Amino acid sequence: MEKFEKLTGIAAPMPLVNIDTDMIIPKVFLKSIARTGFGKNLFDEMRYNRDGTEIEDFVLNKPQYRNSEILVAGDNFGCGSSREHAPWAIADFGIKCVISTSFADIFFNNCFKNGILPIVLPQEQVDLLMKDAEKGENARMTVDLEAQEITTSDGEVVKFEVDAFKKQCLLEGLDDIGQTLQKQAAVQTYEGKMAQERPWV
Amino acid sequence: MSPKTLYDKIWDAHVAHEAEDGTCLLYIDRHLVHEVTSPQAFEGLRLAGRKVHAPDKTIAVPDHNVPTTAGREDPAQMTAESRIQVEALDKNAKEFGVHYYPVSDVRQGIVHIVGPEQGWTLPGMTVVCGDSHTATHGAFGALAHGIGTSEVEHVLATQTLIQKKSLNMKVEITGKLKPGVTAKDITLAVIGETGTGGGTGYVIEYCGEAIRDLSMEGRMTVCNMAIEGGARAGLIAPDETTYAYVNGRPHAPKGAQWEAALNWWKTLYTDEGAHFDKVVTLKGEDIQPVVTWGTSPEDVLPISGVVPNPEDFTGGKVEAARRSIEYMGLTPGQKLTDIEIDTVFIGSCTNGRIEDFRAVAEVVKGKKIKDGMRAMIVPGSGLVRAQAEEEGLADIFREAGFEWRLAGCSMCLAMNPDQLSEGERCAATSNRNFEGRQGYKGRTHLVSPAMAAAAALTGKLTDIRDLI
Repeated sequence: MEKFEKLTGIAAPMPLVNIDTDMIIPKVFLKSIARTGFGKNLFDEMRYNRDGTEIEDFVLNKPQYRNSEILVAGDNFGCGSSREHAPWAIADFGIKCVISTSFADIFFNNCFKNGILPIVLPQEQVDLLMKDAEKGENARMTVDLEAQEITTSDGEVVKFEVDAFKKQCLLEGLDDIGQTLQKQAAVQTYEGKMAQERPWV
Repeated sequence: MSPKTLYDKIWDAHVAHEAEDGTCLLYIDRHLVHEVTSPQAFEGLRLAGRKVHAPDKTIAVPDHNVPTTAGREDPAQMTAESRIQVEALDKNAKEFGVHYYPVSDVRQGIVHIVGPEQGWTLPGMTVVCGDSHTATHGAFGALAHGIGTSEVEHVLATQTLIQKKSLNMKVEITGKLKPGVTAKDITLAVIGETGTGGGTGYVIEYCGEAIRDLSMEGRMTVCNMAIEGGARAGLIAPDETTYAYVNGRPHAPKGAQWEAALNWWKTLYTDEGAHFDKVVTLKGEDIQPVVTWGTSPEDVLPISGVVPNPEDFTGGKVEAARRSIEYMGLTPGQKLTDIEIDTVFIGSCTNGRIEDFRAVAEVVKGKKIKDGMRAMIVPGSGLVRAQAEEEGLADIFREAGFEWRLAGCSMCLAMNPDQLSEGERCAATSNRNFEGRQGYKGRTHLVSPAMAAAAALTGKLTDIRDLI
């Protein structure tokens, strides 16, 4: 997994609440058996007309936001299905950090597995960052995971919380499976105990 | 010992390792797998030279992509891309040696219907699947939730998940339900009350008389949509109804093992005085038959209501409601019972079980669906289909004018050929009314099976209480 340490980039504002996984990546694009290539269909139905032409006023189609690396979004971002294609599409587009007042649980976890940092902040601070994002390409935000702070284009600093274990995994780009296999002895002990206690499982 | 919730008990029974910061390796008893969220996970194992840790605890079935029309064994019925995913699952199941129900097997169906039906899902288990509606299995008092593909790979490789514990939330439905009100109305009413983010960070335990009175089918409907309320999982404590459903299923324990299992299952309830971080209580008698008007499952109103005005809301919801109403082609103030329906879809992991079909048959028996109505009933599994045939329900459906399909996810998420066209309006028993969910620019109203049946007859969203 790619590391996430410090990122300075353009933030795109998407204030709509309840942006769901069908909006992020419609199911017609879930038929690939690869993990890559979903970026061009990120937000497909909001981003393109049926004939494939771009919808001009969609934020990521505006010239100043085409190279966004941060998304500032409305409440309950990523609700809906468990499809990891959603974070795959986000990452493939080039977005590495999403900021909102809340995220759906499965989506939130999926982000960390793909080098994306989802940040939860109170409404007031999301509003502040949303305003900053609305300034366009000249307003570049900095997200520093180690220091757990976001710096707006005006130099204002917003602190954020992140789970210590997940932070470490992102900073080091660690592979979960490799880490868990190191604890295999504990799992084997558990399995031995369960074979006695709950043999029907 | 301090009193524990049902969730606390199941959690504690599955912690294989706990780190100092509370991050746990949670042992997984059952891993269900389908064709859309697993190919990349199996590929990951292959690339790393890893095996499936516990193939005996892993059950695979294709459901999302499969056509539901006769003759579907013919690969030509699937698009090339769908076929690649289904064939990939065939190949992966064989190569890694997991339990498998291929399309040709009568037991094939929606993974969340097959699991309980075959007795794979048992009380007190941990159950995961690369699918958000894994919450369904919580009806058995199993801790069940959806995971992403990276986590699917993690469970395949290690039979564990890296987890931190969620908070406890209690949703109590007191008293009795009124006639015409079903499990679907309960679960939608709860989401209407709490919002789609109301359960975020929590595991919900549903309890109260109205929940106890539900069959296993009804309980599965309630837990299925815990995810639409934002919760990691929904749970209902096992009881005699649960044991009666489980007993005799192909993979349920037998003989002495059954007795041992039963002894443990009977300890799986929330202790008196256990702490809940959030409590929501609804009176069963206050719940009415409901319908969704918008594009979020929280956009719920009693069928007697009218389309709301976006200005009735606050914050970001004002813009979201405006967008929803425009997308849905509705007018604020319009009576919900005046909304005309083009299509009816009955099925899905929410409402694709035998009890749902009995409810539909009761409404449509001896009647005809409205002229020009496209109405489809898709059983949740081949065995549900067989049972409905045996009980004569299928004949009732065919005579009423419904298409009686083969098992699969079908138009719930429209990954197979069953889709809405642009502007087409559907009364659906499924779980999501998101933009484009049932087809590009398709319009979805979520309802109970009985309400969907009523809409098929009248051509409008209809108050089922007017027909009973």
